[in-house]
Amino acid sequence: MLRKITVFLIVLVCFVLQTTLFQSISFLTVAPNLLIIVTASFGFMRGKKEGMYIGLLCGACLDIFYAHILGGYALLFMYIGYLNGFFRKLFFPEDFKLPMVLVAASDFVYNFAIYFFLFLFRNRLKFPYYLSHVILPEMVYTLLMMIILYFIILKVNRRLEEIERRSAAKFV
Amino acid sequence: MARGRRKNKKNIPAKYVLLMLTLVCFLLMLGSFTLGWTAGPVGTAASYVFIPMQRGLTEVGNWISDKTHELSSLRNVMSENEALKSQVDALTEELNALKLSQYDTEDIRELAELEKSYSEYKKLPASVISKDPGNWFDTFLIDKGEADGVAVGMNVITGSGLAGIITEVGANYAKVRAIVDDTSSVSGMVLSTSDYCVVSGDLQMMDERQMITFSSLKDTGGKVSVGDQVVTSYISPDYVQGLLIGYISEIHVNSNNLTKSGLITPVVDFEHIKHVLVITDLKTTTETVEKE
Repeated sequence: MLRKITVFLIVLVCFVLQTTLFQSISFLTVAPNLLIIVTASFGFMRGKKEGMYIGLLCGACLDIFYAHILGGYALLFMYIGYLNGFFRKLFFPEDFKLPMVLVAASDFVYNFAIYFFLFLFRNRLKFPYYLSHVILPEMVYTLLMMIILYFIILKVNRRLEEIERRSAAKFV
Repeated sequence: MARGRRKNKKNIPAKYVLLMLTLVCFLLMLGSFTLGWTAGPVGTAASYVFIPMQRGLTEVGNWISDKTHELSSLRNVMSENEALKSQVDALTEELNALKLSQYDTEDIRELAELEKSYSEYKKLPASVISKDPGNWFDTFLIDKGEADGVAVGMNVITGSGLAGIITEVGANYAKVRAIVDDTSSVSGMVLSTSDYCVVSGDLQMMDERQMITFSSLKDTGGKVSVGDQVVTSYISPDYVQGLLIGYISEIHVNSNNLTKSGLITPVVDFEHIKHVLVITDLKTTTETVEKE
């Protein structure tokens, strides 16, 4: 229960920050994607199922207010969370390389999917332009933001796991 | 262990849950595609949680971007600038009206009548509370909704120019699609010659040069030139006529030698959009007349 509330709060705060503060202080008209960091991190830290649910929650937040097709973002985020779950076995909290690669890949997949479905289908064919002016800058900015956000999530997750372990030990 | 306990409770393998949720999402997508579903009541419920926070944080964000502005320019220059800007807006409007009165052909006189009504449109001030979280689209939420009389299809302006159109409404918020959004297109008209054109947003042009594109301009007389004003046209089904979109900054002849296309510099600063006016008069088209 405590985990659910905490995760919900993290998603909520990230969503609100992403739509307000980070849009007004966007750098070169590009803003970072905090929700991708949250979804991917919980995916590889906690496994497929939790990554999937958290992805769904993040996507649903976007869908409610900024949907182009209802359910689209939810579906996309859900799969990103799920796929990140496959890397749980390779994940060690001390290692920063794997999370970085995974978050970067997730952000790329997310933006590529948006380009593919919402731009390419409308005859916007200049992929190299969109790659170098939207997708890559967002990826770099997201990775920069990740340095801060990832360690917060890591710490929160560790603390939650500790509490869960303690309360589980009581019943044994 | 915690995981062991969880396993006892419910143990549906993740892939089945994923499959189920995928189906739900596809159903939603189908619904929104064919029946035009929107988040509606869920959005309204969620907005009670999000909007107060977003409003507060947008203020903070605005404050920060204001402060960074002030680093390069002094405070009194800013306030002076603000005052001058509003004066420019007023003067632009006045100039519009004057320019219109200069042309004495019959239809332009009609437009002048409309221009008079432009200032007579009922307007509702609103503040921008949040912006699209991605970098692909240019939509934003405003803090006025159904409860304030805002409806889908109403035009949104700032100062003296067109900013966008309302595409979704909740009880206390509304979603605006800016005219610079990649999916937006507006039926425009060059003020000096009353030739029609299509003004569409383009992410690439907006990123590179802060401009929007126009196309299908039939300028048979070859009179349209750089610097001409483009306003919303009579024939637009969604936008009320005579709203200033921007100034032409580049013209090319298309390869068919019949039409022209080019670039428009919009009058609205979409990067720093904070306050807008919603025109609560909807455009009446034949369809709506028939319905009535």
